[in-house]
Amino acid sequence: MQADVAIIGAGPAGLAAAAHLGLMGVKNIVVLEREPEPGGIPRHCGHSPFGMREFRRVLGGAAYARRLATRAEAAGARIHCNTTVIALHPGPELDLTGPGGAERLSARVVLLATGTRESSRVQRMIGGQKPGGILTTGALQGMVHLNHQRPFRRPVILGTELVSFSALLTCRQAGIRPVAMIEPGARVVARAGAAVLPLLLGVPVMRETRITEILGRDRVEGVVIDGPGGPREIAADGVLLTGAFRSEATLMAAAGMTLDPRTTGPEIDVFGRLAEPGYFAAGNLLRPVETAGMCWASGRRVADAIAVHLTGGLPCPAQGLSLRIDAPAIRYALPQILFPAGPGFHKSIQLRVSRPVSGELRLSQGGGLIARQPIRALPERRITLPIPRKLGEGPLSLDIEEDA
Amino acid sequence: MAQGVFDVAVVGAGVVGCAIARRFAIDGARVLILERAHDVLDGASKGNSAILHTGFDAPEGSLELDCIRAGYAEYREIHARMNLPLDPCGALVLAWAEEQQAALPGLMVQAAANGVGDVEMLDRAALLALEPQLAPDVRAGFRVPGEALIDPWSAAHAYLYQAIQHGAELLLRAELLTAERQADRWRLHTSAGSIEAGLVVNAAGLWGDHVERILTGESWFQIRPRKGQFILYDKPAAALAGHILLPVPTKLTKGVVVCRTIFGNLLVGPTAEEQEDREDASVVPATLEALRQTGETILPALAGQEVTAFYAGLRPASEEKAYRIRADLERGLVTVGGIRSTGLSAALGIAQHVARLAGRAPGVARDWPEMPVLAQDGARDWQAPGNGGIVCHCELVTRREIAAALEGPAPAQSLAGLKRRTRVTMGRCQGFYCSAELARLTEGRFTQPILAGAVDHAG
Ligand SMILES: Cc1cc2nc3c(=O)[nH]c(=O)nc-3n(C[C@H](O)[C@H](O)[C@H](O)COP(=O)(O)OP(=O)(O)OC[C@H]3O[C@@H](n4cnc5c(N)ncnc54)[C@H](O)[C@@H]3O)c2cc1C
Ligand SMILES: Cc1cc2nc3c(=O)[nH]c(=O)nc-3n(C[C@H](O)[C@H](O)[C@H](O)COP(=O)(O)OP(=O)(O)OC[C@H]3O[C@@H](n4cnc5c(N)ncnc54)[C@H](O)[C@@H]3O)c2cc1C
Repeated sequence: MQADVAIIGAGPAGLAAAAHLGLMGVKNIVVLEREPEPGGIPRHCGHSPFGMREFRRVLGGAAYARRLATRAEAAGARIHCNTTVIALHPGPELDLTGPGGAERLSARVVLLATGTRESSRVQRMIGGQKPGGILTTGALQGMVHLNHQRPFRRPVILGTELVSFSALLTCRQAGIRPVAMIEPGARVVARAGAAVLPLLLGVPVMRETRITEILGRDRVEGVVIDGPGGPREIAADGVLLTGAFRSEATLMAAAGMTLDPRTTGPEIDVFGRLAEPGYFAAGNLLRPVETAGMCWASGRRVADAIAVHLTGGLPCPAQGLSLRIDAPAIRYALPQILFPAGPGFHKSIQLRVSRPVSGELRLSQGGGLIARQPIRALPERRITLPIPRKLGEGPLSLDIEEDA
Repeated sequence: MAQGVFDVAVVGAGVVGCAIARRFAIDGARVLILERAHDVLDGASKGNSAILHTGFDAPEGSLELDCIRAGYAEYREIHARMNLPLDPCGALVLAWAEEQQAALPGLMVQAAANGVGDVEMLDRAALLALEPQLAPDVRAGFRVPGEALIDPWSAAHAYLYQAIQHGAELLLRAELLTAERQADRWRLHTSAGSIEAGLVVNAAGLWGDHVERILTGESWFQIRPRKGQFILYDKPAAALAGHILLPVPTKLTKGVVVCRTIFGNLLVGPTAEEQEDREDASVVPATLEALRQTGETILPALAGQEVTAFYAGLRPASEEKAYRIRADLERGLVTVGGIRSTGLSAALGIAQHVARLAGRAPGVARDWPEMPVLAQDGARDWQAPGNGGIVCHCELVTRREIAAALEGPAPAQSLAGLKRRTRVTMGRCQGFYCSAELARLTEGRFTQPILAGAVDHAG
């Protein structure tokens, strides 16, 4: 198979890029999707709101996913479902396997838009036995919204991110009554609006509490938690692990591409390019984790860059300047590579902090301050710092001068 | 089902029971396998290091050594006919401390005495040339070329399937509860009904002494479960070690191994922890952390590698080191107990020994099961057309492979059983992507369903 642009992943980012490229007149766009249907994560998000930015109306996840796919196809992109990309090679070339077996695809551009997943129990270092009934939100939503199944009735929920409350809603829809929400940190992570949900639904939220052990041989029978009151057992028939997102960057790791340990995703420049010639990336693969609308916008941005790239118009990657992070409170920042000519299609640096901070965010180059802005932020807030119109030469550093 | 008098009833479908059932069935006996769990391989055989041992460090002159040697030879002879993998990577026995180095010559003499004559002493430079990622302060070691990696579950399933091809019957959720010996036969009362058999083989692993008491009123050995915890690293880590790395045991690294798996991961473990409980294979974060550090002292580049899974297995050790195998033909009983930490390697050899004890003349196999190829470097189903698409994206398990595991001579009866047959959910995402699809594909198929209630449809 051959393509001008091969897009891996038919989620909001990949489909937005496909549609946008098609409208810009790029021919021969293929989208490779390993699931039986296009749409990515929203396919199994039963609830609203999706689509405000994209379609100017509020849609449920499944309807939103269908619309994105229809739009991409209407723009001329071909979506191949049940098609898994197995390996990335220079070229770019891809090994893939689909209904017809294994094959090679070569493309002028490959866009990686493989999204994000939630951390497993292993990555969270939860001890105990290995019974059935331990799920992530993604798995639960698939069971409830795609299969109309109910895996448990009285689970504990670990995490209080936005997705944790989405999980809570899914539980409610399926008649599942969580026993408690458990948060290792001192405060509920998601914004205030969502945080009243458990109160409304009568689910206790336990802060500064960890799940240390899962009990039960065949099915979950309970968990041991350790919190302000010391360790104790609570009965539950499931464990719902929510959030703690990580990039689905396996293909890149296997191909020896550089991953950013802070984002767990690939390193990109202001054009969404990777160091490997012909490779671009977009969407939640880039970092944990933004809404579907943001990923859609990121797909459009990278499509603009790809269109310019196809005509040879992007600056040479060798001119790139890496952005060093010097403040311990900055969890991640991207793009990781900037250019002397200033912003590309990523107009600003996007970052998040790992704890509440207030002070001044500073971008400097070769010791001189080139951009600054006040910052007062909690970990769940996305912060953007516009990239100056023109940068000089020399190493870039991002720092926070915190208020005393 | 299970009508008439069986020649042999094997209690326990672990790897040892499956191998014994295979041997008797091929030899022409009418065999019944009783297993109390929902699916086979649910006891000691569910988690181990998956090494096919040569026996180089087994106790000299022991029955264990004989069984390992015979089992090793038979596996090598038959594996290709059943599509079972074998990675002949060899092992390096390694010394970092002086105390460890001092033990090397003795271990080499023991290897030679055990019939493993092809071991070779290596100095630091030679070791680092073979394994560039080894911690460079390694002092010396020796290579055991015959040590190999296998698929611990496919092997046992193959023995079981071949037994069934030769007429054996498998009874699941059939816990042996009580038994009477009447003249020349046993009446065995199980949770799935009563059956009759001439000979009973007790291969109940972690419950061996318990079953011995059910059969004879007493037990001549006591099971002392010994837990072994493991860390399983994601596939990129497998590039760090070619050989099985076996540090000479010390107080600190008591038998901890670093090696690849046939599925392309890298494991570090096991620990050795005595416990009372025969079922609780809990993992303990603090222990895993210590294990991780041990692994990093052997292979420093393990630091920062992604971990895919933690697991633990329980060794059916007894109060003595030796295998507890004994035949009392008068009573129609062969006991195969205490198959502690080498049962995967020895299973086929134990089966030969047990058949000899029972006085059976060796038969010749008529049929050979063709096992699915699950090894990382094998010709996997995802590469072939018509596979129905991939369901488990991390381990690249296809719809066709799952369908096959739900059919066949002993269909999977639980998610755990399906994992062992296909590898679904065993990869890095641990079920994030495929759990929902698996719940759909297996609905109504398992006696132990994925969902809490068998048919539990939400509104
Ligand atoms: C459980 C969960 C719930 C969420 N809920 C919400 C919500 O309610 N609202 C919201 O706005 N956001 C939600 N999100 C965030 C979600 O990540 C974004 O909404 C959005 O889906 C990200 O878009 P994407 O295109 O980057 O990736 P995805 O939507 O994740 O799409 C990636 C696609 O790539 C495919 N793919 C991956 N690897 C391969 C490969 N090797 N070969 C072929 N195809 C491949 C995947 O199958 C998938 O379809 C949720 C995320 C999760 C995990
Ligand atoms: C951590 C660890 C690492 C190991 N590494 C290796 C290795 O690298 N190489 C190697 O060769 N070996 C290894 N081993 C050893 C090997 O796994 C064991 O020797 C082997 O699995 C023992 O199998 P078994 O069939 O005797 O017991 P089990 O697998 O325990 O089988 C016994 C079966 O009997 C059933 N049962 C019990 N009671 C009843 C009853 N009343 N009625 C009916 N059924 C009953 C149980 O449910 C069980 O399925 C390792 C073991 C461990 C734990």
